[in-house]
Amino acid sequence: MNLVTNNKWIGQRTIRPDGMDKVTGRAQFAADTTMPGMIWGKVLRSPHPHARIRSIDTSKAEKLPGVKAVVTSKDIVDFPIDKGAVMLGIQDMRWMCRNVMARDKALFPGHPVAAVAATTEAIAAEACKLIEVDYEVLPWSIEIEDAIKPDASVLHEFNKWEGKPSNIAGRLEHKKGDIAEGFKQADVVIERTFTTRPVHQGYIEPHACLISVAPDGKTTIWSSSQGQFMVRAMTSMLTGIPQSDIRAIPAEIGGGFGGKTIVYLEPVATMLAKKSGRPVKMVMTREEVMRATGPTSGSRSTVKIGAKKDGTIVAAHGTFYLQAGAFPGSPIRGAAGCSFTPYDIPNLLSEGFDVCSNRSKVAAYRAPGAPIGAYAVECVMDEVAEALKMDPLDFRLKNAAKEGTKAAHGPTFPRIGYIETVEAAKNSPHYAAPLGKGPAGTLRGRGVASGFWFNAGGESSAQVNITEDGNVVVTTGHPDIGGSRAGIANICAELLGIDYKRVSVIIGDTQTIGFSNLTGGSRVLFASAMVVTQSAEKVIQTLRERAAKIWNIDPEAVKWDQGAAHPVSPNAGQFEPLTLKELAEKAPAMGGPIGAGVQLNTAGADGGFGTHVCDVEIDTDLGIARVIRYTAVQDVGRAIHPGYVEGQLQGGVAQGIGWALNEEYIYNKDGKVDNPGFLDYRMPVCSDLPMIDCIMVEVPNPKHPQGVKGVGEVPLVPVMAAVASAIYNALGIRFYSLPMSPPKISAALDANVKQAAE
Amino acid sequence: MADIRYLAPQSLDEAIGAFAAAGSAARILAGGTDLLVQMRSGVVKPGVIVDIKKIAEMTAIKEGADGSFVIGAAASGMALYEHPRFGKVWPGVLEGINLIGSKQVQGRASPGGNLMNGSPAGDSVPAMIAAGAIVTVQGPNGRRELKVEDVPAGPGRTNLKPGEILVSFKLPSRPSGSSDAYLRMIPRTEMDIAVVGIGVSLTIKDGVCTAARVGLGAVAPTALLVEAAGKALVGSKLDDAALEKAAEACRAACRPIDDKRGTIAYRIKTAGVLLKRTTAIAAKRATGK
Amino acid sequence: MAKIHVTTTINGEPMEYLCEPNDTMLDALRGPLGLTGSKEGCSSGDCGACSITVDDRLVCSCLMLAAEAEGHELRTIEGLADGEKLHPLQQKFLEQAALQCGICTSGMLIASDALLRRNPNPSEEEVRFWLAGNLCRCTGYDKIVRAVMETAAEMRDGIKEAAQ
Repeated sequence: MNLVTNNKWIGQRTIRPDGMDKVTGRAQFAADTTMPGMIWGKVLRSPHPHARIRSIDTSKAEKLPGVKAVVTSKDIVDFPIDKGAVMLGIQDMRWMCRNVMARDKALFPGHPVAAVAATTEAIAAEACKLIEVDYEVLPWSIEIEDAIKPDASVLHEFNKWEGKPSNIAGRLEHKKGDIAEGFKQADVVIERTFTTRPVHQGYIEPHACLISVAPDGKTTIWSSSQGQFMVRAMTSMLTGIPQSDIRAIPAEIGGGFGGKTIVYLEPVATMLAKKSGRPVKMVMTREEVMRATGPTSGSRSTVKIGAKKDGTIVAAHGTFYLQAGAFPGSPIRGAAGCSFTPYDIPNLLSEGFDVCSNRSKVAAYRAPGAPIGAYAVECVMDEVAEALKMDPLDFRLKNAAKEGTKAAHGPTFPRIGYIETVEAAKNSPHYAAPLGKGPAGTLRGRGVASGFWFNAGGESSAQVNITEDGNVVVTTGHPDIGGSRAGIANICAELLGIDYKRVSVIIGDTQTIGFSNLTGGSRVLFASAMVVTQSAEKVIQTLRERAAKIWNIDPEAVKWDQGAAHPVSPNAGQFEPLTLKELAEKAPAMGGPIGAGVQLNTAGADGGFGTHVCDVEIDTDLGIARVIRYTAVQDVGRAIHPGYVEGQLQGGVAQGIGWALNEEYIYNKDGKVDNPGFLDYRMPVCSDLPMIDCIMVEVPNPKHPQGVKGVGEVPLVPVMAAVASAIYNALGIRFYSLPMSPPKISAALDANVKQAAE
Repeated sequence: MADIRYLAPQSLDEAIGAFAAAGSAARILAGGTDLLVQMRSGVVKPGVIVDIKKIAEMTAIKEGADGSFVIGAAASGMALYEHPRFGKVWPGVLEGINLIGSKQVQGRASPGGNLMNGSPAGDSVPAMIAAGAIVTVQGPNGRRELKVEDVPAGPGRTNLKPGEILVSFKLPSRPSGSSDAYLRMIPRTEMDIAVVGIGVSLTIKDGVCTAARVGLGAVAPTALLVEAAGKALVGSKLDDAALEKAAEACRAACRPIDDKRGTIAYRIKTAGVLLKRTTAIAAKRATGK
Repeated sequence: MAKIHVTTTINGEPMEYLCEPNDTMLDALRGPLGLTGSKEGCSSGDCGACSITVDDRLVCSCLMLAAEAEGHELRTIEGLADGEKLHPLQQKFLEQAALQCGICTSGMLIASDALLRRNPNPSEEEVRFWLAGNLCRCTGYDKIVRAVMETAAEMRDGIKEAAQ
């Protein structure tokens, strides 16, 4: 292990490289640019949850003055359903081509059916209304229980389950031991069923892009996404323009949380630009974001856990049904694969079912699937602990996964930090503090929960260049959604031994930096730190060689320290150090520019674990639950920039509190989302939350040069269970469905009173 | 493309002329915090927008010698908050007005807009009803006065005649020992539309409630004056029995719907809970305790 | 449809622009005026990313018509720093990692500045309720609230020192 010790920059709360632009309004997000001759694109969307498209007549729209191009599915490359999967990462292009533009059927309200580019947004919107679509309206289903009924209207006829057309699009299982045998050994067995509603990632920046296609096909895409290379590849596949002709420039991204890991607008805008010969800008409204971009799945999970009297878990069974939306691909891997992973369980069966229904296609949302599974598993863990009269953290410690534990999804763990998170939670000032009493008419409670996320490695590229004046420019290929540039600058400054301010970190576009996979899965700092480290090491090697050449000694006799070349010892010769600046100045005469790039398919991303403690206070007359204290403990590997690691923890917790208490997609009787805006899709506002305390446990990843583990996803995983258990602790009522909104809590309290009276 | 005109008249007569002339295609722009949202979503497509904020009377806040207040229909929530006297005399009305949206919305939103938007859940309306506010409206046929509770006709509709503009609210002078309060239930702590809202205004003399009015919002097609709730409080020492009677009157007055913001059962229950809480706050203020 | 000619003051500079009668102030700022620091997150006054002040009063520029700016004084994020000198709030947001993606940052800063102008010593609760109209999905608000309170404390100390 090449762990940097005595760090000067790693672990410092430096100012993020992109910060100045963001506090002064200079930063350019997706909707912030223009191009000469630019026109505007708008999408016509299906009003129906499920309808066959008999015909589309665009002639009236095309005749409207100001309209420059109209696009339908005829303009988007088809990936025929019966020709087999064409995968790009985890996305099947058969679904992507149909998601960006409906082909034979519209599958959810908001599904694009055509698009128009015109000289103004108003004309484009007017033209959309002139497009005549002949729909054959079909029966539909949104909720899982409706979609899996034998007589449910099937979205994709070719999809067969048990030999018949079905909305069940897939099953996945992780298995270990024999659960039937395992449950026989149990003294306590608890089985419960849970449901969650779809929730949206809730990024504040709507999807937007600006695209120009020159007459020779050279295409420039300016858009915000979690991967410019994903944008290039998907746009290329859906338009037929070769990747070499598409320059996808990553704009600053105003939040993604997984929701910007697929394209919605770019292929459409590219075809509008190509057909019109004009640059085309498209910006979604908030309503379009809510109706047509992916919320995560709604779910129905059944979890059964059996334990012996001494607290040893002997068997567990989880069944997780997740909504995929209009096309297969819900995050069952996260639900089935992560939920039991904090525990060493000898007999385990964890199954996931992927269910299509007439709502927008699911998109990744922070640890996709894992929070859904953890809500169910962690609540049952709490109930088993109570049945055994054990402290819930002690119960977790008793069964904690550790080095050598074989997880059901495959890996045998190396040194991991789960136990440390539980111990830190147990020893936290929060867990030690009494709950205290709230005002009259309130009750308080405390809950705990743990969570796991796989984390990820994958492809990354970096280039580290020394400028002529002896400073450093680092280019990587990952959009920065949480402060990764700051982390990379810290690492680079550390390795080169120079002031942080001398390192400039930028995100390259697809034609200036090598392929880099998505910003997602908590992989960016893990993977980019690896390629940046290796690039910097190559640069240092060059610098040592240059100094050796100048001093006329062996390169092995030169060391790099504090930003300068030194002889390794007096024996090597007596030379004044050569600084980075001096070596840069001498570069033209001594062999040319100094820089190095590295491209890797990185491996060794260890999973991340967290344990949370939550206090709630409930207004028992009105059923309003508020989180009044929260502590998130996480094994973060190594906090390269503690400020942004804490930021990931705090942000994840806030999203989880929203998911637990108020956020949900509400559908009306016509199958349309009834709350497609920030007014009634109730994300936490500033006054809803307390300060969120963070305890960063550092168990360095032995497979990473700086010990980095992904940190972004884990903090969302335990939250809903922690809040649910806190509410249970306060009221003695367990909520098996989310959100735990005031009418629901109030009704449960009333039912309790009624029951007591009977 | 539909033609739209923006007018910002300097006088009320000019505004009424333009508003009446444009007929049903005209919309009054006060704070615009509802109108612009409706325009952007395509719900409303005005032909003429009449901005009334350049008319002095529309934004004025005046305290009469008798302690009464006249508030211009377009006075913003923040202007009322900053007024040195208004919140001291009518803390509940101010609470209602100040709960309309965020601080940003407060910079623009007005009680006039809140009333004329016709939402059953407008936060200032129950407080104004409890306060016994009288509104002045003016149209092509001159001025007239209405009780504030007589303005809403149903969701999105009012009882103003074509061409009439809401000019001001008049809040009466009040005897000593009087105060008011407004509470609403929302799922979050801010930024939501009221699931239930209650305004209570009362006068207490020697520990006995001598006058009380209760306004109730978001539980019926319009905000309501719940006379039975006020009657239940008058003559009492605001003891538990009187409060329960008033709460029951509020629950009985509810004709709510199940929707994305709350259930029928929850709204009815909440109306009773909030009546008691709001009354307690108003009483505390009235007695200076 | 005739455009409206508007003369106004933005960040202390006299400005003129043409707008449609139904354009919002945010449309004008981001369009003809080129001031894209104000962001559009919802167009319904629910996210606060477009916050500006008009005659020192905090508003959502998406809820104001562009035509209404005639004769008023507007301040946007582009006017918060004094030339190269950052406003103390901007500096503190940077130091405290009080931003992640940055899309809400302009509005947060304008709203926080509006708060500190009227209340130099806000409690945590006052900060939280004042900023309730500014959605942030990245930070959980913790570092933002701390940054505003610490800036307020430092600005108070600065005033005290200047007075001594």
